[in-house]
Amino acid sequence: MDGTSATEQTREGRSTGDAVVVTRGLTKRYRGGQLAVDDLNLTVPAGSVFGFLGPNGSGKTTTIRMLMGLIEPTSGTAHVLGRPMPRSARAVLPHVGALIEGPALYGFLSGRDNLLRYDAADPTADPRTRTSRVAAALDRVGLTTASGKKARAYSLGMKQRLGLAAALLRPRRLLVLDEPTNGLDPQGMREIRALVRELATDGTTVFLSSHLLDEIEQVCTHVAVMARGRLITQGPVAELAAGARGRLLVTTPDASDAARVLKEQGLADVVAEGDRVSAEPPARDLAEVNAALVAAGVRVRGFGVERASLEDVFVALTGEGFDVAG
Amino acid sequence: MSRAETVSASVQPRPLWTLGLFRDELRTTFRRWRTLALLGVLAAVPVLVGTAVRIETGDGSSGGGGGGGPAFVSQITNNGLFLVFTALAATLPFFLPMAVGVVAGDAVAGEAGSGTLRYLLVAPAGRTRLLLTKYATVMVFCLAATLVVAVSALAVGALLFPLGDLTTISGTRITFGEGLVRALLIALVVAASLLGVAALGLFVSTLTDSGIAAMATTVGLLITVQILDQIPQLHVLHPYLFSHHWLSFADLMREPVHWEDLTKNLGLQVLYAAVFGSAAWARFTTRDVTA
Repeated sequence: MDGTSATEQTREGRSTGDAVVVTRGLTKRYRGGQLAVDDLNLTVPAGSVFGFLGPNGSGKTTTIRMLMGLIEPTSGTAHVLGRPMPRSARAVLPHVGALIEGPALYGFLSGRDNLLRYDAADPTADPRTRTSRVAAALDRVGLTTASGKKARAYSLGMKQRLGLAAALLRPRRLLVLDEPTNGLDPQGMREIRALVRELATDGTTVFLSSHLLDEIEQVCTHVAVMARGRLITQGPVAELAAGARGRLLVTTPDASDAARVLKEQGLADVVAEGDRVSAEPPARDLAEVNAALVAAGVRVRGFGVERASLEDVFVALTGEGFDVAG
Repeated sequence: MSRAETVSASVQPRPLWTLGLFRDELRTTFRRWRTLALLGVLAAVPVLVGTAVRIETGDGSSGGGGGGGPAFVSQITNNGLFLVFTALAATLPFFLPMAVGVVAGDAVAGEAGSGTLRYLLVAPAGRTRLLLTKYATVMVFCLAATLVVAVSALAVGALLFPLGDLTTISGTRITFGEGLVRALLIALVVAASLLGVAALGLFVSTLTDSGIAAMATTVGLLITVQILDQIPQLHVLHPYLFSHHWLSFADLMREPVHWEDLTKNLGLQVLYAAVFGSAAWARFTTRDVTA
């Protein structure tokens, strides 16, 4: 858990630094008239691991594409590393590594040759260090032994890793990772999370879009939530989670007795479900509540406050689950 | 130090580094199985023509009995070098431009279709630089395809027929060495004749995210133009069709060389390259890349 504490330090140390991504009134209306992104004001602090959340079709990818200069905004501005996009793309993008909507590879080239090609596309990348940088990137994502294989023979997880390697070809100041753990096995997911933390410790700002809420919760310091093209909220994860209160959870075979005791103790919103009884935690010491339960002869298996998850926060904010926006 | 300064200070594109993409594009293009298959088909055409002529005239009688067939075909039995001219005349109307149409049509649309375009652009390759790289690569392919036909024809011609001094269309004799120089010139002119199709294909390629659609459209346009060029009632249009002066390369075999149609042809190719090159640039530098 060293990585986590280091990330915390980074966040504290840099929270006053200027923003890496700033958008003002950013709007994209596609030719069909569909409003994909609506008046977006996003601020990504330097040094943060910024989680970008939203249901499918909420405008996350369109936003990322505008930040990367692939799409021209209909109105509004986007600044990346202090420069306007897409106008300053050639000055900004060498400092940005990106994984957008999954990896895209040349199937007939080996993994290594794919990276050599992407590196050659960057006119500011030194060709003299190209092979060594490619080797280092392959090593970083654990693909060294598979680097000679044709990319079309790669599994989805290997392709994802190769896409990540392409984003890591040079030291970056900003990493934009769109669903980076897609298609990875649990071990691979852990590795990627560790990698994100490591990069953040080195001072790289990571902009991470994901639909896996616990993933965002585990690695992100800041979070923004989008729905139907609009930004619903943004801020430090801790602040958001603090907004939604946790619940007291008691696990017991004597559920009905437990519920009665909790009500007697003055707890609100008591819900009994099977052998689990939950309630809003009281302001006073929880030890007294537990003592009351035991004194009433309730056999307690588990007792504690369940922290509000980001999912609870999300549902509280949007009033919807993670369904595709209609 | 402000952030803007750090951004510009550490980014120093070197002129030579920018060519790295072109080198890589060439490598990538010529390693594609499809490119090699196209070149293989083109190399097979002179083999077929040469073998057919050889079998046809195997009984000792010279000439295929007058008339028909591509230009210069009746001369092959006298001099293998003429197989080069015959093969180029046979492939220029369709095989060569089709191969160029496939490569040019796929150039941008294929990258868009596979999603690699967005990664090249965020690398950042730069849209103008990428388009120029693509066009330069297609031009190299035009030359390579033509040379494949010419070299294959020369090899087959040398193998199956005698070589030596040759007679120009005007009836004068030139040495075999000078004939080789003319053959090289003709190959260059044929390659240059394909630049118009290449620009057209590249423009079509910027319009869609499907490589197949772009290739099919380009080859379809090629066939349409060839048909239009055959309809006498449309003679007003003919001088503006990119294929109209293609066979003028034969004028290089005259003594002295007739430059009029040759320059018309090259001028027309430059015009097509300028018009469709600009259109491709205008389209590609402003489009939203959503694939």
